[in-house]
Amino acid sequence: MATTQEISFKEPAARVAERQAAFGANDELPEMQGEKMVLNMGPSHPATHGVLRIILEMDGEIITKADPDIGYLHRGDEKIAENMTYTQFIPYTDRLDYLAPLANNVAYALAVEKLMGIDGQLTPRCQYIRVICCELARVSAHLLGLGAFAMDVGALTVFLHTFAQRETVYNLAEALTGARFTTSYTRIGGLSRDIPQGWIDAVRKFLDECAVAIDESDKLLTRNRIWVDRTKDIGVISKEDAIDFGLSGPNLRGSGVDFDLRKAHPYLCYKDFEFEIPIGSVGDCYDRYLVRMEEMRQSLRILRQAIDKLPGGPINIPDGKTVLPSKDKVLTGMEELIHQFMLVTQGVNAPKGEVYFGAENPKGELGFYINSRGGGTPYRLKIRAPSFVNLSILAKLLPGHMMSDTVAILGSLDFVMGECDR
Amino acid sequence: MSQTAQDLAEKLSAQFPEAFVAAAEFRGEVTLKLKDPAKIADVCAFAKKELGFDYLVDLSSIDNYGEDPRWTMVYELYGMLTHRSYLRIKTDVSEEKSELPTISGVWATANWHEREAYDMMGIRFAGHPDLRRILMWEGYPYFPLRKDFPLAGKPSEMPDVAFTRRAPLEGGPFVTLAGGKDSMEREPRVRTPEE
Repeated sequence: MATTQEISFKEPAARVAERQAAFGANDELPEMQGEKMVLNMGPSHPATHGVLRIILEMDGEIITKADPDIGYLHRGDEKIAENMTYTQFIPYTDRLDYLAPLANNVAYALAVEKLMGIDGQLTPRCQYIRVICCELARVSAHLLGLGAFAMDVGALTVFLHTFAQRETVYNLAEALTGARFTTSYTRIGGLSRDIPQGWIDAVRKFLDECAVAIDESDKLLTRNRIWVDRTKDIGVISKEDAIDFGLSGPNLRGSGVDFDLRKAHPYLCYKDFEFEIPIGSVGDCYDRYLVRMEEMRQSLRILRQAIDKLPGGPINIPDGKTVLPSKDKVLTGMEELIHQFMLVTQGVNAPKGEVYFGAENPKGELGFYINSRGGGTPYRLKIRAPSFVNLSILAKLLPGHMMSDTVAILGSLDFVMGECDR
Repeated sequence: MSQTAQDLAEKLSAQFPEAFVAAAEFRGEVTLKLKDPAKIADVCAFAKKELGFDYLVDLSSIDNYGEDPRWTMVYELYGMLTHRSYLRIKTDVSEEKSELPTISGVWATANWHEREAYDMMGIRFAGHPDLRRILMWEGYPYFPLRKDFPLAGKPSEMPDVAFTRRAPLEGGPFVTLAGGKDSMEREPRVRTPEE
């Protein structure tokens, strides 16, 4: 049986009186309409590529204040480095920019070699293989950065194209080092192993295929109306700001600064190659995209020259006190046995002193400041992570943009949190 | 290149007489040591304005545990649009003070670097606009990169964060200091800083 219930509506005047009795006479409702909203983006958001959190203060859809919150992936790599030998830290460098582990390995090895004063003794073959590693890593990292950038602003197809090529780079890395991601390929004074048979042909095949894939992505994006609308004049970083905030890599060059460590302070054998440094003119997201696109082509150009000119000979410097001696000598010779024992237990014997070495990595300048008090472990190892520095501009860059532009800006800055948080 | 860095170091020393210890060169890198950390902001502002060091590459902090002064700040300067030379400036800060002027007004990039140095070492920067923790969370009670902080971390109000319990068999040959200890004792996470 249905029962009827009386519902009584109070008169509007009575309701206002009741509300005023509860909250006080000062009705704050009209003022709240102009109040800013705080929006939490991340730490787990598809566009933040990892665990970046941005606290956005919004006025409608316009960002008025941005406060990036990092550190979710902090593992204390610098502390760990102080507690182990130089060689033992190499695997940790894989996990900095985990999209380009080979380039990190090379940068770290070069920093330690600079400290030891043996960077000039690296064998030609070692230098060439390291360059090949660096450039493969650059192509692979840019392919991912570009694909993810395009996916974030709605062009999913590009991601599939670039990822197919990235898969090939992983396969090459696996054939070269035995691991797809955690490569740990370099050693102080050389490399862990020489390139396997048939690898150069595989690289050559990849270069041809990748050039086609880059052209395809180019056709899909560069003159795509939606892409251009979403990236052009968005996230403009002036030349002065880029330098003031210490940006590096494609983000700095996108703002029109002609600076690439491979040209400005050539390391390894970069002097031997012909390549050009693309720079942007406006400094918006579109320019950063164009710079990355051209950098991949230039990397392919370097790779072609490197595999054509690849010299023979040993891959390690012939110094038993730096590089592990070959196993057959260790088992038969006294001196080599002692060297092996000392290297494994004490590490390389670095002199007292301090060096800074920066390498042009896919994300920017990856630098290592090593303070040594002698012996096999660093007293202090500071990692200058490009993503950390590049992200510091967000607080200045985001305000004034729409919420949806954040996605394009983050994609164009192409950061990786493993390196930012260390 | 090295010659230019030397020239620039001389120019900087000439501007601030008696402020620097003589320049040191190692592996082609010139290091200037500033005696009084309170002058660092002026020195950096001059280096940027007059000597063309428009780019701050890196800023590190060192804990000279057991020595006085305890902290060393390291500034890596570079001339991006000008001479393309590096120069390193170092300055010591005592533990009692643990404070020096900020240079975030000179280069904007120093903002986050100084926050990191504060977070990791507990060095404060006077005049910094936003000196908060950056990698650890707000309210974390320790400074993890100090030499007297154990590698295993210390328990805090967030259990199992920033702290690793010692695994029973993880005593591999990680620490290479010969000391006659067995592998369990040599495991770095076991070491307490008092040793």
